[in-house]
Amino acid sequence: MAVVLTPTAEHEVAARDGLWLSAADAERVTGFALKPEGMCRDELCVPLPVSAVSGNEVDVSAFWTKLGGPVIASKDRDVVALGAPADERNAALDGLAAPDFTLPDVDGVPRTLSQLRGKKVFLATWASW
Amino acid sequence: MPVWQALFAELKDKGFMVVAVAEETRGAAHARPWIEQAKSDYWQLIDTEHRLSDLYNLVNVPEAVWIDEQGTIVRPPETAGSTDHFRRMDLKTRTMSPEDQAERLAARQAYLDAVRAWVNTGEYALPADSARARLPKVTPEIAEARARFRLGVWLRTHGREAEGDLQMAEASRLHPDSWSMWRQAADLDEVGKAGGPAFWKRVQALGERPYYAPPKL
Repeated sequence: MAVVLTPTAEHEVAARDGLWLSAADAERVTGFALKPEGMCRDELCVPLPVSAVSGNEVDVSAFWTKLGGPVIASKDRDVVALGAPADERNAALDGLAAPDFTLPDVDGVPRTLSQLRGKKVFLATWASW
Repeated sequence: MPVWQALFAELKDKGFMVVAVAEETRGAAHARPWIEQAKSDYWQLIDTEHRLSDLYNLVNVPEAVWIDEQGTIVRPPETAGSTDHFRRMDLKTRTMSPEDQAERLAARQAYLDAVRAWVNTGEYALPADSARARLPKVTPEIAEARARFRLGVWLRTHGREAEGDLQMAEASRLHPDSWSMWRQAADLDEVGKAGGPAFWKRVQALGERPYYAPPKL
């Protein structure tokens, strides 16, 4: 088993030889589905090298690298972080639509930015440190 | 934060909301004393993984983003009222000169007044092209730093502190402009370290560069 960390979620998956996952797990983790033309999400299909597909399994590490996202593994390779590709972040911000997020409030109640549509929002960070 | 509460209390009936996000890997318990002291009734969210910094490409606290009724960013991330006057403070007495204190308060007031004007009249909202031009760009190094920080937080919270620290140190090396990542890692190492001698040394190394880049109002 391996733990895969994406920017907003944590998944426990059966993985072999690095990050070879079943197509179903690959889709659950990345949001991209395995199709004959590559890994696809909505209109976007990322072609995969033949070496990154075997039967119904995908080398998610190779796919994520092809997508342009960082793949960072722990020393024992039991935990892998898939970071958002820089281009994806820049494209999202360039569109000026405030990226949506859900975070818990101090009592653990989940709050989602888009629930505030219709109001002017002053979104600010702070920290105790 | 008490100033944000005052702002919110004044403007909440005009379709205004404050969302304060604590970039706080130690979690809600650690942020709670400050939150209770602020006596706030806006959203106080806890972001243990610094997701907001990842999504909005933030580098420090306090930074703010202004979002209009349609969910559009009308002011990209910028320093929310803080200034660099603290860099000239007397470190023994931890005090600033009266002139610096006055300038610091005036700058904060000017920023809060801008928020107030935006809510009341729409002033200070930037047209799309200006807003876009001010967006800080995410580089591949920053993207890698975020993934390493994320992994570092996970490792630390699963009893693998030493390995987590290595990932966080590498994240700071890749993205040296992020004070949040560096200071959070220092705080996880030891509470108080984020404002200790290593912090001041890092601030001094900025030279002429700002710690809190002033907002261009």
